[in-house]
Amino acid sequence: MFVVARAELHAPKQEKALLAHALNLLVPTATEDGEFHGPSIDEFFPGALLFEGTAFEINRIMLVRFVAVIALFLVFWLGTRNMRVVPGRFQSLVEMGLDVVRVNIADDLLGKKDGKRFLPILTTMFFMILFMNLTGVIPFLNIAGTSVIGVPLVLAIVAYITFIYAGVKKSPKNFFKNSLFPSGVPWPVYIIVTPIELISTFVIRPITLTLRLMMNMIVGHLLLVLFFAATQFFVFQLSGWWTIVGAGTLAFGLAFTLFEVLVAVLQAYVFALLTAVYIQLAVAEEH
Amino acid sequence: MLHAVLSAATEGGETHSPVIPELYDILWSSVCFVIILVFFWKYVLPRVQKLLDERAEAIEGNIAKADEAQRKAEAALEEYTAQLADARTEAGRIRETAREDGKKIVAEAKDTATVEAARVTASAQAQIEAERQTALVSLRSEVGTLAIDLASGVIGESLSDDAKATAVVDRFLADLEASEATAGGKK
Repeated sequence: MFVVARAELHAPKQEKALLAHALNLLVPTATEDGEFHGPSIDEFFPGALLFEGTAFEINRIMLVRFVAVIALFLVFWLGTRNMRVVPGRFQSLVEMGLDVVRVNIADDLLGKKDGKRFLPILTTMFFMILFMNLTGVIPFLNIAGTSVIGVPLVLAIVAYITFIYAGVKKSPKNFFKNSLFPSGVPWPVYIIVTPIELISTFVIRPITLTLRLMMNMIVGHLLLVLFFAATQFFVFQLSGWWTIVGAGTLAFGLAFTLFEVLVAVLQAYVFALLTAVYIQLAVAEEH
Repeated sequence: MLHAVLSAATEGGETHSPVIPELYDILWSSVCFVIILVFFWKYVLPRVQKLLDERAEAIEGNIAKADEAQRKAEAALEEYTAQLADARTEAGRIRETAREDGKKIVAEAKDTATVEAARVTASAQAQIEAERQTALVSLRSEVGTLAIDLASGVIGESLSDDAKATAVVDRFLADLEASEATAGGKK
């Protein structure tokens, strides 16, 4: 429990550092000669397309999210529309994806019974994040639906409510006792441990879930934009020998595109896995 | 440096902090979440569960079928073995019967042969006896005739009368036997 708490306390610091680093990357772009259009944080707040100024405002990123949702529906509708006992190729692929959550996350951590109970939420989290992450590397969409705080925050709140609900439903006394007064420590230690546990369990967890996902996607997007904008700048603005440098930045851009695919899957997995871990800790009899 | 960026952003008109959520952002995120949740909860996962159940059932069915086949094969083997054992017993029994029959036949043949031999012997003896008797009778009559002829010749008296002749011969023979007896007794 201590280890988890420490990791959680560390995580936001790292992510803040990452954000600061990413923002520092932007700075030369803002001060240079105006010809180079580097990435900026405003990219995550594009102009409204519909219902401007209302709670239903739709901008480019919201549209990207809708596209991700539609893609998700298509994949899973086609994949499960006509399921066979002996699966075809596409069905196998869809089943494999669903098995990642069902077997590797839900059943492994929560056991068969609880795993089945929380499977819809975990599956939704995993695939919603995965599809919205992947829009970051898909041409013409080029931005992750999760790179704006809404989705990470909503999902983190869902995770938060879910694990508290799971703990309270199972046994309120045990849940709060295990969360705040871990067994196996002499009582004076509780003076230090209990506030740490309180903050780590009930404050830090949703924040780290939100920030880890969002910052990963923001930084990923900024990095890609930086590489491709630099390529554009070196090849077309400076040209000549600078083209070679441009080829280098292009190569890096492509490499990081692949890396972003990995990050997209990994972040989706981590989010769902951590949610399952929190639920598991909440329903555990004793630590 | 961060300030520079933020001030540059401010110059654009609005200040955007990536960690302050906009209302529309939260709203559309929630809408997406709820839609996907319902989709997975009510459509995808039940179907997958059904499929997994069907698959498990199919596997169990196949196992049951295999068990059934195994059972049948075992039963057939047992039956075959039983039949084989039966056949063996039957063969043994037949062999035994044959042996006994053979023995019996041999014994019967032996008996028959013995009886036949005895019968042949007996008939042979009977024949011999009969011939002896015949010989005896004919001998006696011939010897009588001869003796009478001889005697009649000697005494000049015809003894051709049968009754007389027989009486004479018998008396003669009786005398002979008596004399023999006395001779024997003297001795």
